[in-house]
Amino acid sequence: MEGLEQILRRHQFFADAGEDHLRLVAGCARNHRFDAGEYLCRETEPANEFFLIRHGKVALEMAAPGQPPITFATIGPGEIVGASWLIPPYRWNFDARAMELTRAIGIDAACLRGKCEADHDLGYEMMKRFLPVLVNRLHATRLQILDVYGKR
Amino acid sequence: MASAETSAAALVDPFTPQIYRVGRVHRELSDTVTLELSPLSGARPDFDPGQFNMLYAFGVGEVAISMSGDRAVPGVFVHTVRDVGAVSGAIARLEAGATLGLRGPFGTGWPVAAAQGADVVIVAGGLGLAPLRPAIYEVLANRSRYGRVVILFGSRSPHDLLYRREIEQWRQRLDIDIVVTVDHADADWHGNVGVVPALIPRAPFDPHEAVALVCGPEVMMRFTIAALSDAGVRPDRIFLSMERNMKCAIGLCGHCQFGPTFVCKDGPVMRYDRIAGIFAAREI
Amino acid sequence: MACASLQALMDALAASKYEILGPRVRDGAIVYDKIADVSELPAGWTERQEAGRYRLERRDDTALFGFSVGPHSWKRFLHPPIETLWTARHGKAGLEVEAPDEPTPKFAFIGVRACEIHAIAIQDRVFLEGPYPDRGYRLRRQDAFIVAVNCGQAGATCFCVSMQTGPKVESGFDLALTELLDHGRHEFLVEIGSDAGAELLAKIPHRPAADDELAAAEAVVARTAAQMGRRLETDGLKELLQGNLNHPRWDQVAERCLSCGNCTMVCPTCFCTTVEDHSDLTGQSAERVRKWDSCFSLDFSYIHGGSVRKTARSRYRQWMTHKLASWIDQFGTSGCVGCGRCITWCPVGIDITEEAAALRAAPRTKRETHGGP
Repeated sequence: MEGLEQILRRHQFFADAGEDHLRLVAGCARNHRFDAGEYLCRETEPANEFFLIRHGKVALEMAAPGQPPITFATIGPGEIVGASWLIPPYRWNFDARAMELTRAIGIDAACLRGKCEADHDLGYEMMKRFLPVLVNRLHATRLQILDVYGKR
Repeated sequence: MASAETSAAALVDPFTPQIYRVGRVHRELSDTVTLELSPLSGARPDFDPGQFNMLYAFGVGEVAISMSGDRAVPGVFVHTVRDVGAVSGAIARLEAGATLGLRGPFGTGWPVAAAQGADVVIVAGGLGLAPLRPAIYEVLANRSRYGRVVILFGSRSPHDLLYRREIEQWRQRLDIDIVVTVDHADADWHGNVGVVPALIPRAPFDPHEAVALVCGPEVMMRFTIAALSDAGVRPDRIFLSMERNMKCAIGLCGHCQFGPTFVCKDGPVMRYDRIAGIFAAREI
Repeated sequence: MACASLQALMDALAASKYEILGPRVRDGAIVYDKIADVSELPAGWTERQEAGRYRLERRDDTALFGFSVGPHSWKRFLHPPIETLWTARHGKAGLEVEAPDEPTPKFAFIGVRACEIHAIAIQDRVFLEGPYPDRGYRLRRQDAFIVAVNCGQAGATCFCVSMQTGPKVESGFDLALTELLDHGRHEFLVEIGSDAGAELLAKIPHRPAADDELAAAEAVVARTAAQMGRRLETDGLKELLQGNLNHPRWDQVAERCLSCGNCTMVCPTCFCTTVEDHSDLTGQSAERVRKWDSCFSLDFSYIHGGSVRKTARSRYRQWMTHKLASWIDQFGTSGCVGCGRCITWCPVGIDITEEAAALRAAPRTKRETHGGP
C-alpha cells in the first residue's frame, strides 16, 4: 500500500494532493501492466476502474463494422484514462488499447465512489481534478472536429 | 513598428518579376508540390528563413509563398505550394523546364540567430511546416548553439503529413525531440492522435528558457500560443507567421494590413506580444 | 497681381511644357481637369455641401476660387486610378517581362488648397518614405508645380482647423494665391514658396503687396477658419479608436453603410490599390494593371477560404480606424486632412466627425458584439 501511495503522489493527476486523501485513494488502488495490444477496457463493459498512466501509450478507439477501429485520441504518461466511472450507468464508452508496454495504476471505481460519499472533501477534491481533464479533452475534440487543416 | 529580423535589401527591382525556371518538381501530397526555382540570369538572392516570394503565373496572377528550402544551398529557391485557387493551382501544375515570374525576397524572418542560447520550440500545423523548414535547417546546422530543440507537428491525417520522409530522418537524430500528431487517424497509424496544443504541456523544453516559432492555420496558432503561455513561455519570445491578402508585397497597396501592421513588411513573422491585442479580435 | 496675370501665369507654365490641371465645372460638380485659359475656371460658382449632398450654386460675385473641394483630389494625377505596371510575353527563352517606357508628364496644379497640400505630403510619406519607394509616383511628384490657393470660404463639411491642415497654406507650394475680391477690386496676393515659384513669378506682371493688402489676405483666411462646418476632437483619438474595437457604435454605422467605397475614392489620402492580370486571347502576352481599390470591397481581405473582414461593420471599422489611428502608427501623422469629402459624398451621409464624437461620448464598452454576415 505504501508503495502505491508514493506512486500516486508522484503522478501528475494527484499533484499537491493532501496526505489523507492520497491514503484514502491508495486504499482503492492496484498496479497494472498491459502488453502492447492488450485492452485496458472495452466499450459497454462496466467502468469498474479508471487508470493513471505511468509509462507507455494508450489509444482510445471506437469500433465500426466492416473497418478497423478508429483511434480518436492517444493518452500518455501523466494522463488518465476513464471518466465514465463517475457517471451512471458507469459504462465504458470506448475501447482503450495499449499501443506499447504500458504500466498504469487502476483505481477501483466502487471503492472510490463509496469513500467520496463518506468524505465529501475527498469527493470535491476528485471532482476538482477530473473536471479540467474533461474540459481540456472537450476543447481538443472540438478543435479536431473543426478540421482546421482542411481546405475550405 | 520594429520587425523580428530583416534581410539585406532585395538586389533587384521589387516591382517587376524576375524570370525563374522550374527545376525539380516533387509531389508532396495530393494537392501540394515542392518546386525548385533557379533564376534565368544572376544569382539567387540571399534570404532569411520565414521570408516569402511573390510567384507569378503567366496571365493568371501572383501569390505569396514562403521559402521552404535551405538558405545554405545556393542557386535555388524552394517553394512548397498547395493548390487552393487559380494562381496557386497554376503554379502547382508547372512542370520542370517551365518559366515563371518571381519577386522577392520580402518580409521579416524567424529570429534564428537571436534564439541562440535558448531552447527552441518549433510548432507547426499542416502546411505551416513549410515556412518553418528553413529555420529548422539553420538550427540543425548550428545545433550546438541552442539548448533543447523540440519540433511539434500536427496535421489533419497521416496522409497529410508534409515532408514525412525528412521528419523520419530528423527523428533518427539523438539531439532533437520530434513529436508528430494527427487530428484524424486511420487504421495504419500508430502514432499520436490529438491536437498540437495538447502536446505542449509534456514537451521536453524549459518554458522559461524557450523561444517558440509557431506557424499554421490561425485557429491552431491561437490555441498553441495559449498553451505556450500557460506553460510559461514569455509572449515576447513567441513568434508566429501571419497571413493576409497580398497584392504588392511591398507595403504600397494596403491589402495585407493587420491592425497597424503590414504583413508584407512588418511580417509575416511577428512577435506575439506586439500583436496580442488585435490577434484576439475578430475580423481585423 | 491682377486677374489678367493669372492667364500670364498659365501661359508661362504652358511654355515650360507643364500639363496644367485645375478646377472647372463639369457634370454638375467642380472637378480637376486640364485647363488652358482662366475663362475655364469656375468663376462665380460655389458649392453647397452637406452630409450626402453636393450642389453647385451661383455666387453673387465673380470669384474664381469661391468654392472648397469637389469629388476630385490631386491624387488622381499623382497616383492615377489605372496604371500598367508591366507587360509579359512568352519569348524564346520562356517568360519575358518589360516595364512600360512612357514619358512622365510635368504637372502644374492650379488651386491646391491647404488640406490638399497636406494630403499630398501624406501620400509622399506613403509612397516615397517606405522601404520600397514607388518609382512612378516619384517621377510624377518630383516635377509637379503647385499653385496653391488660400480658401476664401469653408464648406459645411470642412474641418481642416481641427486637423491643423488649414485653411492657410503654410508650406509645400511653389506659389500661393489669396483671392482679394471686394470694394471693386479683383486681385491676388501671391506668396512665393520656392525658387521655381520665384522664377515663374518673375516672368509675369506683379507688384509688391501693400500692408492693407496683406491684412486683407489674413482677414480672408481668418474668416474661413471661423466658418468650419465640422469639428473633430483629435486629442487621444488614436487610443479611443484602438481601444474600442467592439463598441456597439460600429454595429450602428454598419447598418447605414452601403460599403459603396465612395469615401475611399474621394479621400485625398486613401491609397489602396489592387492589381489585375490580363492576357490576350492567344495567351501570348499578358499585362499587369494597377487600379484603385477600396477596403470596403468584400474581396479586399480575401485569403483562401474567405475574406477576413466579412461584415460591413468590420470594414467600416477598418477604414475609420486606419484613417484616424493606425495611420499614425504607420506613417507618423493622421491620415485625415479634414477636407470633408467623405461626409459630402457618402450616399447615406455618414459623418466621420459624428462617429468619432459618438465613440468619445461613451467609450470603453466591453460588450462583445457579433456582426453577422
